Amino acid sequence: MGNKQTIFTAQQLDAYQDCTYFTRKEILRLFYRYRDLAPQLVPLDYTNHPDVKLPYELIGSMPELKDNPFRQRIAEVFSEDGQGNMTLNDFLDMFSVLSEMAPRDLKAYYAFKIYDFNDDDFICKSDLEKTLNKLTRNELTEDEVRMVCEKVIDEADLDNDGRLSLEDFQHMIVRAPDFLRYRNSDT
Amino acid sequence: MSEGEMARLMEEVEEKKKLIANIRTKPWRMQRRLVVLKEAQEFVDKFEGALGKGKGRKWYAYKVMMMKKWIKFQRDFENFRTACIPWERKIKEVESHFGSSVASYFIFLRWMYGMNLVLFGLTFGLVVIPEVLMGLPYGSIPRKTVPRAEQDTAQDYSVLMDFNGYCKYSVLFYGYYNDQRTVGLLKFRLPLSYLMVGIGSFGYSLMLVIRTMAKNADVGGGDGEEGEFTFAWKMFTSWDYLIGNSETADNKYASITTSFKESIVDEQENQKDENIHLRRFLRVLANFLITCSLGGSGYLIYFVVKRSQEFANRTDLSWYEKNELEIIMSLLGLVCPPLFETIAELEDYHPRIALKWQLGRIFALFLGNLYTFLFALFDEVNTKLEEEESIKNASIWALKEYYANYSRMFNDTDTTPPPMNPADVIRGPCWETAVGIEFVKLTVSDIQVSYLTILIMDFARAVIVRFLNYCWCWDLEAGFPSYGEFDISGNVLGLVFNQGMIWMGAFYAPGLVGINVLRLLSSMYYQCWAVMATNVPHERVFKASKSNNFYMGLLLLILFLSLLPVVYTIMSLPPSFDCGPFSGKNKMYDVVMETIDLDLPAFMGTLFSYAANPGLIIPAVLLAIYYLNSTSEAYQNSNMELKKKMQMVSREGIFSIETPEMRSDPGWMIR
Repeated sequence: MGNKQTIFTAQQLDAYQDCTYFTRKEILRLFYRYRDLAPQLVPLDYTNHPDVKLPYELIGSMPELKDNPFRQRIAEVFSEDGQGNMTLNDFLDMFSVLSEMAPRDLKAYYAFKIYDFNDDDFICKSDLEKTLNKLTRNELTEDEVRMVCEKVIDEADLDNDGRLSLEDFQHMIVRAPDFLRYRNSDT
Repeated sequence: MSEGEMARLMEEVEEKKKLIANIRTKPWRMQRRLVVLKEAQEFVDKFEGALGKGKGRKWYAYKVMMMKKWIKFQRDFENFRTACIPWERKIKEVESHFGSSVASYFIFLRWMYGMNLVLFGLTFGLVVIPEVLMGLPYGSIPRKTVPRAEQDTAQDYSVLMDFNGYCKYSVLFYGYYNDQRTVGLLKFRLPLSYLMVGIGSFGYSLMLVIRTMAKNADVGGGDGEEGEFTFAWKMFTSWDYLIGNSETADNKYASITTSFKESIVDEQENQKDENIHLRRFLRVLANFLITCSLGGSGYLIYFVVKRSQEFANRTDLSWYEKNELEIIMSLLGLVCPPLFETIAELEDYHPRIALKWQLGRIFALFLGNLYTFLFALFDEVNTKLEEEESIKNASIWALKEYYANYSRMFNDTDTTPPPMNPADVIRGPCWETAVGIEFVKLTVSDIQVSYLTILIMDFARAVIVRFLNYCWCWDLEAGFPSYGEFDISGNVLGLVFNQGMIWMGAFYAPGLVGINVLRLLSSMYYQCWAVMATNVPHERVFKASKSNNFYMGLLLLILFLSLLPVVYTIMSLPPSFDCGPFSGKNKMYDVVMETIDLDLPAFMGTLFSYAANPGLIIPAVLLAIYYLNSTSEAYQNSNMELKKKMQMVSREGIFSIETPEMRSDPGWMIR
């Protein structure tokens, strides 16, 4: 690889390094991963900022995302058009926030957006129900789902409006011991 | 430019530089970040001139790279450490399907395996290996040889299965070891080592159990979950975003579902409100019924033991009468636990608490079994001790006769005759080996029974239900008998009592610990397979208590109970005169006295004799206990205070979560 890459200009690479948590090598590696999803759509020359968007189906089939129950929401949150179709900028942004170098506050902000299914800046009961069903693959009964969602609102809702605002969410998540770990799956 | 304007400009440049450094933490779209970055950089370039533009960047990049390498190293080391823990993946699989209470049994099993491995290492390395390598070989002295009378049958399978024959005269049992004070070039003091390893095993086990209890007490303790945000945390932080494998993902889904179900059960218990008086009455009734049945079984055991003592004097016994004791004890062990469980349904406790009650009750029942076994054993030991006296005299007489015959045959009274063939020497009854054989037989039959039970009650049942269901009138899977649930209490108690037997028997049969290690190892694999293949999760999946100190408490009790017989024999009973490492001494602990007299300098002897004064030891121990008690109370109090302080602080919200940038910059929320 060395210094002789022709995909980006030097300023572009530096700008990406400043704007994400990645080093030069990692950014190039991510570019190649992006390109591997659809080699015929993605040009090898990004110096003139081509406008290329990859459809959600390709993003969702990446091994890092395909087993995640929230992959569709993740793609929607980080894509410009809100539908899950991602440009290279969106792609780099998404992995930068998900990487282990990103701070807790940033992750909490995006986590809130991911769990907010209807995009109204609040996590309401229906959002919680959808989250729970995705987590348990619909294994819980309706009564159990209702009980859990009520308990969550009980626990975390500080301003008592029946739904979780960003402040409520951050206040709760910042104390969670499992929110940020560097190990593979525990329980 | 004026001074004020210069200052303002410097400030703005500093701000822009800070913005550039932190732009990656802003929750903006990449496009916006790139644009803002470009503007800020142009501004800084224009007004800062040639003030070392690029110098800071290389250093920063180097720092970031080192930090990334460090984090990666930490992550790899954590992965390696977790990979070293044996059976972790197996247990996690069981946990994800059956819940944390069933998994707690397997974690307990693994812990036991670790402890037994260490005990095995101690025994094997310090007692068995020296005797094998540096001691006399098989057949050289009487205690190491099969007697002439038994030599024909010594190799028979049935004899070996009973641990007689060649098994009896091997390193497995106490009787094989020689009483030479030192062996080999290294002058290894084998009898001393034997005694020390015996006592050291207890000391090590005690230390380990107490240390584990203390560690568990740190982790929260208490039965219920005290977290503020139990359900919220479960919902938002339980998925592991690093999972990239479908099988792992499947397990994770199962474990998340189980974990939610456990918390729901806990929550429902808290929300139940009911008639307190009726509940109390039912609980008292249930306890009364169970105490009655425990008393009944105790009396039954006592009655049967008395009868077996009478039978010992007769010779015309039917098969039933010969085995009556074992039959009654097994029946009790099979019938009472389900009986207790049915009665316990009156009590209507949370499943975790009901499990504790069940464990306690079956424990009381099994103590009866233990009492009978020890009773019978001590009877045997006393008979053998009486036999010894007469045999001692008989063997000395036989030796004199042999010498007399020899000198008569060769008409020569000057040369010393060769020693008698070891197989011909009259042997004492060697009660220690007999006791060791009893323990080994008990352990082996316990293994056989437990494996067979799993095979029949779980596996055969599952096979029958699965295949007979096609041609049966009612639904076998939903109604009777359906698939079995994993019996946590039975298995835990089996493990605890088995360990008690090992502790008691290891002093008389050094090979017993090795047998146990093999048993635990195969048990782990066998039971994991059985659980996954033939059991279904409990109807109400419940979370194991965070501390698991209940199992440890039972183990500690059994440890004390097994220590007592061994200490009694070391202190009071005389060792056999012709077998084992202490033969010829008055009491077993005389080895220690001998070592102090012969091996240690003189002043140590006098020191020990002063220090061993009870008048000195008892006050010292009492003082130590009092001191430790008061310090632990003080620590507990300060813990409570700190916890209260933390709760107070978190409620007042002194922790602020918004960073100053987010608050001052109005455009931080993306629309």
